[in-house]
Amino acid sequence: MNDFRIPLGTLIESFIEWITVTFGVVFDFIRLIVDGAFEGVAFVLVEPPFYVIIVIAAAIGFAVRGWKFAVGTVVGLGLILGVNQWENAMATLALVLVASLIAIGLSVPLGILAAKSSLASQIIRPILDFLQTMPAFVYLVPALILFRVGEVPGIVATIIFALAPGVRLTELGIRGVDKEVVEAGQAFGASPWRILRQIQLPLATPTIMAGINQVIMLALSMVVIAGMVGAGALGGEIVAALSRLDVALGFEAGFAVVILAIFLDRVTAALGNGNTPLGRLLATRKASRHTMDSAAQPTNLPEPALV
Amino acid sequence: MTESIPLQQTIAVKADHLYKAFGRRPHEIVKKLKAGKNRTEISSLGVAAVIDASFEVKKGEIFVVMGLSGSGKSTLIRMLNGLWDTTSGTVTVGGTDITDVSAKELRGVRRKSISMVFQHFALLPHRTVIDNVAYGLEIQGMGRAERLAKAQTIINLVGLAGWADSLPSELSGGMQQRVGLGRALAADTDVLLMDEAFSALDPLIRREMQEQLIELQAALGKTIIFITHDLNEAMFLGDRIAVMRDGRIVQIGTPEEILTDPANDYVAQFVQDVDRARVLTAASVMEPVRAVITKTAGPRAALRTMRDLQTSVVFVLNRDRSFAGIVRDHDVLKMVKTGDADLRTIIRDDATPVAPDTALVDLVEPSVGSDLPIAVVDSKNRLLGVIPRVTLLAAIGNVTTSTDELPVIDPPATISVNVMTDILRDTALEGAEA
Repeated sequence: MNDFRIPLGTLIESFIEWITVTFGVVFDFIRLIVDGAFEGVAFVLVEPPFYVIIVIAAAIGFAVRGWKFAVGTVVGLGLILGVNQWENAMATLALVLVASLIAIGLSVPLGILAAKSSLASQIIRPILDFLQTMPAFVYLVPALILFRVGEVPGIVATIIFALAPGVRLTELGIRGVDKEVVEAGQAFGASPWRILRQIQLPLATPTIMAGINQVIMLALSMVVIAGMVGAGALGGEIVAALSRLDVALGFEAGFAVVILAIFLDRVTAALGNGNTPLGRLLATRKASRHTMDSAAQPTNLPEPALV
Repeated sequence: MTESIPLQQTIAVKADHLYKAFGRRPHEIVKKLKAGKNRTEISSLGVAAVIDASFEVKKGEIFVVMGLSGSGKSTLIRMLNGLWDTTSGTVTVGGTDITDVSAKELRGVRRKSISMVFQHFALLPHRTVIDNVAYGLEIQGMGRAERLAKAQTIINLVGLAGWADSLPSELSGGMQQRVGLGRALAADTDVLLMDEAFSALDPLIRREMQEQLIELQAALGKTIIFITHDLNEAMFLGDRIAVMRDGRIVQIGTPEEILTDPANDYVAQFVQDVDRARVLTAASVMEPVRAVITKTAGPRAALRTMRDLQTSVVFVLNRDRSFAGIVRDHDVLKMVKTGDADLRTIIRDDATPVAPDTALVDLVEPSVGSDLPIAVVDSKNRLLGVIPRVTLLAAIGNVTTSTDELPVIDPPATISVNVMTDILRDTALEGAEA
């Protein structure tokens, strides 16, 4: 009807092109780093015999939730092994871990910044809205152009997609810390950095951990989509099953994703509650050492790292 | 912090024309307030939380800021340690003007000079009691062993021995606030700010904490600025009280001054519910002694005084004006009849004298137990005044007595005027004949 059209898409396309040309070196560097990280983690997960990984996973499960969860972990991973998806599952796990770690590494500081500065919060919030609502597939296109086929565009798209809840919940958690407790830190002359480290972050930990949990879950859900740009692993299997209408393969790979998801979710959720068998163990040990030396000699007591 | 001139050394905290306004243009609000506008006239621009507050807190004093919620007292206390900056005016802590220093210097002042106790305790929930108490010392940079040792003595001082390794969540409210108090005491600052520190505690615990605070203050000599909305608490704790209303300090004075001489109707209305018997002292309600004679004056003088004042008891003083006791009409009458002249034989000591700073609540029992007015004597046993029962009741009930015109004479005469006059005349005649 009418020839007039707002050239939004073309504009973005030329912007991406311009970025590719101008910052090509930067993106090559990012690609190198991300790819290296992925290869490294994948090597660690795939290379050892399966039973080593299962034992380690079961040990983690026992430490954070107890023996029932440890048994469940063994059964679940056994099922993955049984349907012959072990290497794919480990590659997927590597992909999720790398993407999640980078996403957390970006989102927690961003969340802290947003909590500290209202201006930063006002800038960051609409960007997060955009990132979260844009269909995830859309990220794949520029990611492919910038990072070429392979794991890296998948990981980058995953990071962008999974970033938002980490930032949001970190900001929410820090802003939600009892104002009076923060004031107490200030009133005794603590520096802002010290208040962040000793009061705000510890008290916001449950909320921040909920955010991290969400980041990991979103990363896992992106893995299949990442499979379409050549990230392989379980996502690649599912994409292959789709194209071949292979119901059996699709469900086998799908179950493997579910098992990984449950494992990662339960572990991170337990860490967020802070009420883990390991945490309790550390707490009682700390308390008993406290009473034993009763302030007589200087000791460097380790802070419990997990809670 | 040490270069303050000697005159200022007795002043721990000084607030000079403090203003705090919230809104888009706080300085404009302050300008308008200074020009004479009131709080409602500037309400379209924002909120004026504190308006022109000036006071000086002496070293070792408990200074209470009292006001209802919204009166600006919490804002005021937060300006005293720079948690909130002032819109106008200055705050001086230990000789340092904290309204005009960098953030780093301000932190230094907070570490060394001024600590704070919070309404809802504001303990670090993830740290044990001892680590909470040692928090201020940790920020001051003290080594772990040293600060834990010091924290342990403070924990014992505030009555939490044995709880050092508990988490705050395992403690009751009162105990948690002891930790809060311990944390502030451990920091060893001269000034303690207490923001509604006992308001979240139940009444029995609150009373206990108030008493303990006074004990600690007496032992440690801290300067305490205490915020409260509870007038009884203010009266109990305060050496001086500042009453706040709508952002302004409407009166500063000792509890008795505020109770007996309220600056305006608001303060008067506010103080009418106070437990007056605990605040007012004997000295503030006592009346001049009228029925008084010296020991050497003799029984006729005593009887004449009784007749003239229509009373049955006369207070007797020694020659150095110290309080000797009382004489009763029947004894005097007998003595006059027999012609004996030495009052000393009939002086009774059943009027137990009290010190001028005795609270009225402690006068009730002696007043009930005897028909005599209570004698108030100073440290040298000089009779300062008396408190008849009527006066005591009037003071406790906050009823104005017109004692200036009609002196209350207690107890009333038991022998009629005519009898006394007759006897005085007869004995006078006898004396003339002899």
